[in-house]
Amino acid sequence: MSRMTFAKALRDAMSEEMRKDDKVILMGLDVGAYGNAFGVTKGMFEEFGGDRILDMPISEAGYVGAAVGAAATGMRPIAEVQFADWVTIATDQICNQAANMRYMSGGAIKLPMVVRLAEGGYVQAAAQHSHMWESWFAFVPGLKVVIPSTPADAKGLLKASIRDNNPVLFFEHKRLYDDKGEVPDEADFVLPIGKADIKKQGKDISIITYSYMVKKALEAAKILEKDGISAEIVDLRTIKPLDSETIVNSVKKTGRALCFQETWLTCSVMAEVAAVIAEQAMDYLVAPLKRLGAKEVPVPFSPDLENYVLPQTEDVVRTVKAMLGKDTKR
Amino acid sequence: MDRDLEIKMYRDMLKIRLFEDKVNELVRKGELYGFYHLYTGQEAVAVGTCSALNRDDYITSTHRGHGHVIAKGLKLDRMMAELMGKVTGYNKAKGGSMHLASLEYGVLGANGIVGAGIPIATGAALSSKLQGNKRVAVCFFGDAASNQGSFHEAINIASAFNLPCIYMCENNLYGVGTRQSRVRKVENIADRAAAYAIPGKTIDGNDVMEVYCCVKEAVERAREGKGPTLIECRTYRWGTHHNAENDTYRPPEEVMEWKKKCPIKKFETVLLNEGILSPDEIVNIEKEIVRELDDAVEYGRNSKLPEIESALDDVLAE
Repeated sequence: MSRMTFAKALRDAMSEEMRKDDKVILMGLDVGAYGNAFGVTKGMFEEFGGDRILDMPISEAGYVGAAVGAAATGMRPIAEVQFADWVTIATDQICNQAANMRYMSGGAIKLPMVVRLAEGGYVQAAAQHSHMWESWFAFVPGLKVVIPSTPADAKGLLKASIRDNNPVLFFEHKRLYDDKGEVPDEADFVLPIGKADIKKQGKDISIITYSYMVKKALEAAKILEKDGISAEIVDLRTIKPLDSETIVNSVKKTGRALCFQETWLTCSVMAEVAAVIAEQAMDYLVAPLKRLGAKEVPVPFSPDLENYVLPQTEDVVRTVKAMLGKDTKR
Repeated sequence: MDRDLEIKMYRDMLKIRLFEDKVNELVRKGELYGFYHLYTGQEAVAVGTCSALNRDDYITSTHRGHGHVIAKGLKLDRMMAELMGKVTGYNKAKGGSMHLASLEYGVLGANGIVGAGIPIATGAALSSKLQGNKRVAVCFFGDAASNQGSFHEAINIASAFNLPCIYMCENNLYGVGTRQSRVRKVENIADRAAAYAIPGKTIDGNDVMEVYCCVKEAVERAREGKGPTLIECRTYRWGTHHNAENDTYRPPEEVMEWKKKCPIKKFETVLLNEGILSPDEIVNIEKEIVRELDDAVEYGRNSKLPEIESALDDVLAE
């Protein structure tokens, strides 16, 4: 095991795959000598050169589209969207082109490509640099959606995404880049796409969540522990395909479910998770399931406003206590 | 000029014309369903272009794509089967008219989204450059697509990276029902090349030899690593935007004027005058195509419908 940041784990994943397979290339804004807006690609330009680490103009539709064309013709491109908010500009290429191309061609074309996107709030960056779009893409057949919460998961899942023969949207939370964690050293450390992970075992309630909110859920679980409440933390890691089995098994065990995410709840990932629980584990629930997410407004700039809009650890604690009929006084 | 190539070019243009006539006939009889954007009138662009390409060069096509893919080599029988919704179609009846694709012929797909093929062809050109395989990519698109962001974003990338891509604009004056001069001030779309420091040429899109020579030069340039070219072909679609639309927006005199400039008749006259083909040979070529087309229709009719459950396949690759 080596201790490293989330950002380095991503860098190592890409670099290892690039050393192994010369078809893997990286395209994006400032990915070259600049080393990416969050330092993720630092040193890669020096190692792999400008033919494989391709600085792109600020043209998300243009270069994500070029990644589609390159993938269809034998390359394995990774296209990076500097802030996930801007993926809207490339959405035709992702949803109308990449997602449909294999199907429309009757299986003639395959598209081994990854779109990496930096997303998420709690960064005082307001409404065009803070939003979370994973649920949009999870809606679309033909795409996979991956969203890790730890350095080890980031590395194992990014390697799997690069090796996958389909378009994968790989979301990276900006608040996780500097987080450190243990990452296995094996050269071939790869994690399967589509498998959730129990980040903490528990018996009273299942908190189903993903990305940066896994950290908040774990913090909340520690606080709840003092009140004798044992929370199980299910980290989805992949949104599409969703690991319903792990979700359902956890809920069957604990009898309670809090579906917890950073962003708005309407038509979201946790709307889907709640539906899965309702369909497959309803009889096991001893209390109605709850959902917790952001207030349904754009993410505001001011830290006070932002912290009010986005869910906090205390919100998790309070919601869980209410669900267990415990004292909810603050 | 190679005599055999000239005859092949004539044959391919006529093949496209007769294929579209057959599609139109079968739609009216109710044997084909869905929307068809017929290529009739623009044959010289597809044939002039694809005649300058190798089989493994790439193209991306548009909603009006039958001509491009026939010129690139796709077979009429499997095309007809696709339009008839049969399992033997190029895309197992999942794409239909607007999404014909075959990697075997370098056809990365016709496309239902205006301008969307432009970045995709650019990516194929990037792929060729990185793999050093000397293939070029040709992107077909219409005049209206040149107002999309994808056009400008992709050409800028191709220009910056000297990619082997040829941007082939078919200017048929209309985007669906809107005369493009009402929504675009630049008269020559090729002038937009100047913004990206690449060559741009406006040519007669109804002259197959002019198209061929122009594309050939652009292809050579691309293969030598000198970067992309933008070519604007002035042409005209004889029919409406799609088969189920009334022609209320084009002056009948304009349509008549362009029909007089028929690209096939024009080339036929050249070939007859130069003694490359005799009138008898022309009749024979037409007979052969009619036979091929009848066989294609029979092939389509005799092919199986897809298993219903196959609708669930081909979403993801292994």
